[in-house]
Amino acid sequence: MTSTTTAPFMPPPSWLSRFLRGLRGERTGMLGFVLVTLIVLAAIFAPWLSPYDPTAIMTGPPLAPPSSAHWLGTDNLGRDLFSRVLAGGRVAMLVAAAALSAALTLGVALGLLAGLGPRWLDNLLLLIFDAIRSFPVIVFGLAVVTLVGPSLFTVVLVVAITSVPIYARIIRTQAQSLRSAEFVLAERAMGASLPRLLGIHVLPNVLGPLLILASMDVPLVIATEAGLSFLGMGVRPPTPSWGVILNDGYNFIRNSPWPVVAGSVPIVLVTLGFTFLGEALRDIFDPRLQKAN
Amino acid sequence: MITYAFQRLLLSALIVAVAMSLLIVMLHVVPGDPATMILGPRATPELIAQTRAEMGLDQPLPIQVLDFFGRVLRGDLGTDVFTGRAVGDIVFGQLPYTLVLIAVSIAWSAALGILLGCYSALRAGTWLDTLAGIVSVGTLSIPAFVMSLYAVLIFAVGLGWLPAIGAGEGVVDGLVHLILPAFAIGISWVGYVARMVRASMLEVMSAPHVRMGRAFGLTQARIVRSYILRIAVQPAVTLLGTGVVHLFSAAVFVEVIFARPGIGALIVSSVNERNYPIVLGAVLVTTVIIVLATLVSDLVVALLDPRQRDAL
Repeated sequence: MTSTTTAPFMPPPSWLSRFLRGLRGERTGMLGFVLVTLIVLAAIFAPWLSPYDPTAIMTGPPLAPPSSAHWLGTDNLGRDLFSRVLAGGRVAMLVAAAALSAALTLGVALGLLAGLGPRWLDNLLLLIFDAIRSFPVIVFGLAVVTLVGPSLFTVVLVVAITSVPIYARIIRTQAQSLRSAEFVLAERAMGASLPRLLGIHVLPNVLGPLLILASMDVPLVIATEAGLSFLGMGVRPPTPSWGVILNDGYNFIRNSPWPVVAGSVPIVLVTLGFTFLGEALRDIFDPRLQKAN
Repeated sequence: MITYAFQRLLLSALIVAVAMSLLIVMLHVVPGDPATMILGPRATPELIAQTRAEMGLDQPLPIQVLDFFGRVLRGDLGTDVFTGRAVGDIVFGQLPYTLVLIAVSIAWSAALGILLGCYSALRAGTWLDTLAGIVSVGTLSIPAFVMSLYAVLIFAVGLGWLPAIGAGEGVVDGLVHLILPAFAIGISWVGYVARMVRASMLEVMSAPHVRMGRAFGLTQARIVRSYILRIAVQPAVTLLGTGVVHLFSAAVFVEVIFARPGIGALIVSSVNERNYPIVLGAVLVTTVIIVLATLVSDLVVALLDPRQRDAL
């Protein structure tokens, strides 16, 4: 005899539950998620977690190896490396957040213009994107520094500008394909305005893959910031940044390996964490993005 | 094929033109004035005005852009602000070092990467494959300049096996001095190339024409050589073409860390001096080389696989 009761209505799973459930199947993804969470928390709570002031000199003997007083040792001015690494993490996360949000916003705007606007505008924008992409990021950054001078803002500007073409191209392709999609034509036949079309129909389809790609770009952004700061073109002293720590370490590399280790390990961990997390996100939410590269 | 080559050539020239124009335009949109930067905070307004006139900064923007290109086409890349030497001489004097470094890095990493990728694909699923995969991901996560620092730390400072400073005298010494820098630049590419070649080989290995070949009794070696390799290598070539951009970035760091001569080191030192003409000239030359490299790699890909000649 069949049951006459109907199953209770189950709302479709939210993104969070899909993510958590999918994560269970991806071991590297879980590792990435844990790493990223730890890094973000460490960045947010850096001032409370640092045993010393990151800019205070001579808190201990210079270039000392790790000890119970200084978990990662000290640099050439006696500053505690662990505190500096935490503070550097803050800078790195800040640059990543600022630069990527700027790049995403501008990329989405320009991509929509290119995809939905007139043909000549599309060609012009594509040309500009290709031109930007043929600059090595560092060379572009150095050129900008010549004009503007080194600062945190310069780094954010450089990273944002060089990331815009990537996102804009993706949005452009999506916008072009949606332009002639049936549901869009139907909406327009019913008199939907452009903002409504964009906001409710185009953007939600497009933002998901974009955010996943952005999370996979974080390692590159952080490496660029560290690189520019290493060359003295980025964050100004006394603000610590992983690149600045590495530069100090490089200058004293024959005296002690610890500053170099202290500056480089966070970079590698961040790269691994965000790469694994990004790949897991992509596998869970949009396996179509999986390509050979 | 010829028309495709022409089209790409034209596009490349256009890209270089746009890139340089962007740079010059940025000069005006962005706050800060090169003349003030060069002269420093104690410069008088008259001195600034005079320097600006000398550098041609007081002319309207389109004139400046055209002027720059006019001079470039005549072979004049400007003159160094401090020493008065021609920028072209300085830049082209340093260029060979960078080119050698990049060429050697590409050569060894492409060779090893393709070999590793092929091997991984043909022995997919074995422990060797998994090991290669882990090593690839590991080396991918380490930026070139971090790798250089570790190379110096381990091989030069720690073990003392290899030199860490300069480019060396003569061919043999030069090559020895190239070992660590080329290793640092190439190591992350080996992983990248290997992964790509492995993925595309696996794709091609299950394609119909390959299965036909096996059905007809061709040996594995023959199939790999004549059919699979051509197509599988293609993403690696594209990768290296577009990767020249990243390679240049890596070269900048490597030249600074290993105190080698080259365009990267030149740009960094000129930026520190705010030597605007050299920066502009060096960036122009770099951009031209990169665009040329991308062009060549696209043409090689089109040669290997005619299906890839897409419309512009």
